[in-house]
Amino acid sequence: MTVVSMTVNGKSVSADVEARTLLVHYIREALGLTGTHVGCDTSQCGACVVHVNGRAVKSCAMLAGQAEGAEVVTVEGLAKDGELHPVQKAFREHHGLQCGFCTPGMIMTAVDLIRRKPQLDEQTVREELEGNICRCTGYHNIVKAILAASEEMR
Amino acid sequence: MYQFNYVRPKSLADAEALLAKADDPKLLAGGQTLIPTLKQRLAMPSDVIDIGSLKELAFIKAEGEAIMIGAGTKHFDVANSADVKKHIPALAALAGMIGDPAVRHMGTIGGSIANNDPAADYPAACLALDAKIHTTKRLIAADEYFKGMFETALTDGEIIKEVTFPHPEKAAYMKFPNPASRYAMVGVFVSKGPWGVRVAVTGAGQNGVFRVKEMENALAKSWSPEAVASITVPADGLLSDLHGSAEYRAHLVTVMAKRAVAAAG
Amino acid sequence: MSDLSEQGVGKPVRRKEDFRFITGNGHYTDDISRPHQTHGYFLRSPHAHAKIRKIDTRAALAAPGVIAIFTGKDIAADKLGGLICGWTVHSKDGSAMKVGPHPVLALDTVRYVGDHVALVVAETHEEAKSAAELIEVDYEELPACVSLADCEKPGAPQVHPEAPRNTCFEWELGNKAETEAAFAKAAKVVKLDLVNNRLIPNAMEPRAAIGEYDKGTGGYTLHTTSQNPHVARLVLSAFVGVAPEHKLRVIAPDVGGGFGSKIFIYAEETACVWAAAKVGRPIKWTAERSESFMSDAHGRDHLSHAELALDANSKILGLRVKTIANLGAYLSTFSAAVPTYLYGTLLSGQYDIPAIYVEVDGVYTHTAPVDAYRGAGRPEATFLIERIVETAARETGLDPAEFRRRNFVRAFPHQTPVIMNYDAGNYDASLDKAMEIADVKGFAARKAEAARRGKLRGLGYSTYIEACGIAPSAAVGSLGAGVGLWESAEVRVNPTGNVEVLTGSHSHGQGHETTFAQLVSSRLGIPIDQIEIVHGDTDKVQFGMGTYGSRSGAVGMSAIVKALDKVEAKAKKIAAHLMEAAVEDIVFQEGRFTVQGTDKSLAWAEVSLAAYTAHGFPSNEIEPGLKEGAFYDPTNFTFPAGCHICEVEIDPETGVLEIANFVAVDDFGTIINPMIVEGQVHGGIAQGVGQALLELGVYDGESGQLVTGSFMDYCMPRADNVPSFRLGFTKTECPSNPLGMKGCGEAGAIASPPAIINAITDALGIRDIEMPATPARIWKAIQSSRPRAAAE
Repeated sequence: MTVVSMTVNGKSVSADVEARTLLVHYIREALGLTGTHVGCDTSQCGACVVHVNGRAVKSCAMLAGQAEGAEVVTVEGLAKDGELHPVQKAFREHHGLQCGFCTPGMIMTAVDLIRRKPQLDEQTVREELEGNICRCTGYHNIVKAILAASEEMR
Repeated sequence: MYQFNYVRPKSLADAEALLAKADDPKLLAGGQTLIPTLKQRLAMPSDVIDIGSLKELAFIKAEGEAIMIGAGTKHFDVANSADVKKHIPALAALAGMIGDPAVRHMGTIGGSIANNDPAADYPAACLALDAKIHTTKRLIAADEYFKGMFETALTDGEIIKEVTFPHPEKAAYMKFPNPASRYAMVGVFVSKGPWGVRVAVTGAGQNGVFRVKEMENALAKSWSPEAVASITVPADGLLSDLHGSAEYRAHLVTVMAKRAVAAAG
Repeated sequence: MSDLSEQGVGKPVRRKEDFRFITGNGHYTDDISRPHQTHGYFLRSPHAHAKIRKIDTRAALAAPGVIAIFTGKDIAADKLGGLICGWTVHSKDGSAMKVGPHPVLALDTVRYVGDHVALVVAETHEEAKSAAELIEVDYEELPACVSLADCEKPGAPQVHPEAPRNTCFEWELGNKAETEAAFAKAAKVVKLDLVNNRLIPNAMEPRAAIGEYDKGTGGYTLHTTSQNPHVARLVLSAFVGVAPEHKLRVIAPDVGGGFGSKIFIYAEETACVWAAAKVGRPIKWTAERSESFMSDAHGRDHLSHAELALDANSKILGLRVKTIANLGAYLSTFSAAVPTYLYGTLLSGQYDIPAIYVEVDGVYTHTAPVDAYRGAGRPEATFLIERIVETAARETGLDPAEFRRRNFVRAFPHQTPVIMNYDAGNYDASLDKAMEIADVKGFAARKAEAARRGKLRGLGYSTYIEACGIAPSAAVGSLGAGVGLWESAEVRVNPTGNVEVLTGSHSHGQGHETTFAQLVSSRLGIPIDQIEIVHGDTDKVQFGMGTYGSRSGAVGMSAIVKALDKVEAKAKKIAAHLMEAAVEDIVFQEGRFTVQGTDKSLAWAEVSLAAYTAHGFPSNEIEPGLKEGAFYDPTNFTFPAGCHICEVEIDPETGVLEIANFVAVDDFGTIINPMIVEGQVHGGIAQGVGQALLELGVYDGESGQLVTGSFMDYCMPRADNVPSFRLGFTKTECPSNPLGMKGCGEAGAIASPPAIINAITDALGIRDIEMPATPARIWKAIQSSRPRAAAE
């Protein structure tokens, strides 16, 4: 067991975990932040996307130890002072979610995308979502929500 | 995952020492292949040595007629580097096609070529651009480096430090992704430079990345899509699976080569 | 108070459930941890078919963290029953389907890769998994029967001794003699062989379960990823015998998509809840995605031969169909119904076909069980009829739309030769509207323009009908169902006037918490945030049948309407008493009870409170309280129908296809929340695109290994595989339920595949292409359709 420390959603945290602990399990089990999901075992579905040091990563393809000392933001840390993030609002407004399981990863990916590419078009959004699988929405409203959020945040 | 020791050396020298000491170590760079492999219990290393955060391995330098990329440089940083975009836009574009955005934020060039997945993108760029692979022990030309599927010239204890890409006159990469995994089913990198003309194919070969001499010769005579349009690689030796037969892959090599030449201008 | 006119029936109300999902506060089964929980891991068969000679668990039991290991022998020693199929289908000769036993954990034989061999319980998931590797199983490998085409042939390896030739049933429907006569007088017969590809559902939340046992009360609790927790409880108690029904609580919390795959009662949750009592601690199991691939019930997997008889005017005279349907190694919970009563009954499509005869052989193979997956039987039927109709149109030289119009049903009710009685519809209207949105008139110009760029364009139609809102209990009972398919609701009005609605439906993405609340809001005149929809817990909710088969609107909401009727009647009585008026004079509108013709009125909340204070109620006339329940049994299926049009553009050099346009016009009758209904259509179409272009479950023909066991090889639709969809709606109200609703959950997946394949065959000028039409297959089709060009 090793003590792994990092900052998650602005709070310093540390937990004594096995070396083989994935970041996603550290977040879900050691910290109890279960908004980040595990939807596959080949790091393709993107349900586990969080931000590490300001970049979207798949927390199921990263050891907790790799995030030692890092700044991590999960879906639980997006809303500020009770105010939803524009991407969260847009997902609700445009019905960009159904079962909600892929949603945290989609939202974290979208926030990262808009930060990297403030000027978005439909084709770019669709290509950038390559690493996030949704089985419910047919992506139609997810794409709509991301475009609307990027518009809103411009 | 099986149990292992996880260590995070503070320098490349530390990493080398740890590597020499451990029973059955694995280097962890970005982990985008290694972690899924460990999760599926397909590997059982005694020690995982994380070199992913070594600052000395994360750099992009443009010097003279070449770009030097540190082994620990993330795909995202290569794709967005002003220097790479300026001097070898095809390489930036290739890096921007690897995996998905989250994978590109973690995956590294060193990890990719050390693993030498037959469907990886970077090997095509290394081979086609006559890249030099600098390790802790020596300098290896790309032609000597890729030895077959998941096989490289690296020896035990050897760590990739840097990959040097000379500037090409013309270059482009065309990728036909596997519909499911999005890895390259066929990826063709064409280039023209001080080394002459090179055509490197990834994704299709049973032994990993390979060059197509016939196309190179034809392009050396006439740099045009038409020059390669009627050259087909033999289907023997190409991968065949539920996503595409060897014949289909052979056909795609020609099409992607043609399109790459057209894109390179 | 918020503006109620924006919250009621017909409005695109934003979903009440979204807040918890977008902030990461949902509670899916794997998010729940129970005190002192242990972790279960299933050792699965690496072989498609093998005898188990011996299982040695000694080394595994000694491994770190291991608490217990259970095998089939332990389950048998406890006299537990096996898993069941709740629908009995009969063969042509009148005999009942041949059922092989389906033990929770394999006893002496394993029958597919992924079959359950042992449950390891340990302190952590990784420890359980490591211990499972130490279990020594002595297998005697046997040849496997994998090929659907060959499994009934002599000499094929047998899956169950109870089912000779691997034939579970040889079912038929329709009128054979009349169909033969129709073909005898036909001017033209069109024939087509079709494959309906095997799909793996892949809801994004993997299946999971937490079994618990309370020694003090003798009660069991099972948290699980279920679309129908009461049905799970019934099967686990009445058939498997894990616990008596009243001592078993099944909770299906937030569930991350189902698409049918979470209807069924599987070995994993059964074993976890049973073993929890043995180890005296909760046991949690969550599938890894690779386990989902291996052990979730798969979908579709048909081989069919179809023939269509036409007269000289292209009027359809008859249809005959022979289908072999893969059931996998064991019958899953509803698997026998899917390729029979959910398939053969829809083969008339939107067409007036005088004679239909269909034969279906349901067969066992050494592969994962096959059961309902979004659409269940109806996509297979729609694919068959829409492919052969399109082919017939092309072969008779008629425009595909015109061919369809010549054969549309136009008089309702319409009795088909295959059980269904269509109650309402207007197929011309949806075809017209879809053609307009798709700009069919401009297609020729777009095709020519594409040709100038070296691309091939094609247009394909699918004018579909489906039967959902399953289903009248008497009807399904007469066809072999072991259950009734009604739904239940209870409306509880609290003293403060807010309302809880307990529904037997289960929401796992469909947005019931919003849609159902809209209905209640419109009826009671209170805002939706004062209405709570409660579902998914057998301790809270009365027995209900759950959500599948697009039934929760037409059946589930109809039950709520019935309960609301009773609530309103009782509330009017109370209001009449309070205002000293006759109950006949009380009008209830917009949340107020008014004495007709007076200015006397009471607000909803006042009456609610009075119901519980009960001061001065005439005790023989009005009981205190305001809470009513209802069970609603539908009188017919509902028949959503419509027209999907797909336009594709193909790069002939690579076979890469782009969906240039996808139009869906659907008639779902009354729509409560158009935003949610559109979302259902979008998702359904994407799954249809998956079936038509991307997805294929593949087993190795020799070894029976699952080749497509991860997202690396099983191609899921991604955002860049689909376009934005263009939707339209037409409306004929369903006459058989109080709201006039038809189901909308499956139509997209049912209608879209043939539209896509019809577009591809149109673009390439070929007769058929097998699904999924991957770039490799399209390229190959182009190569083989060009022999003459090459020779020239």
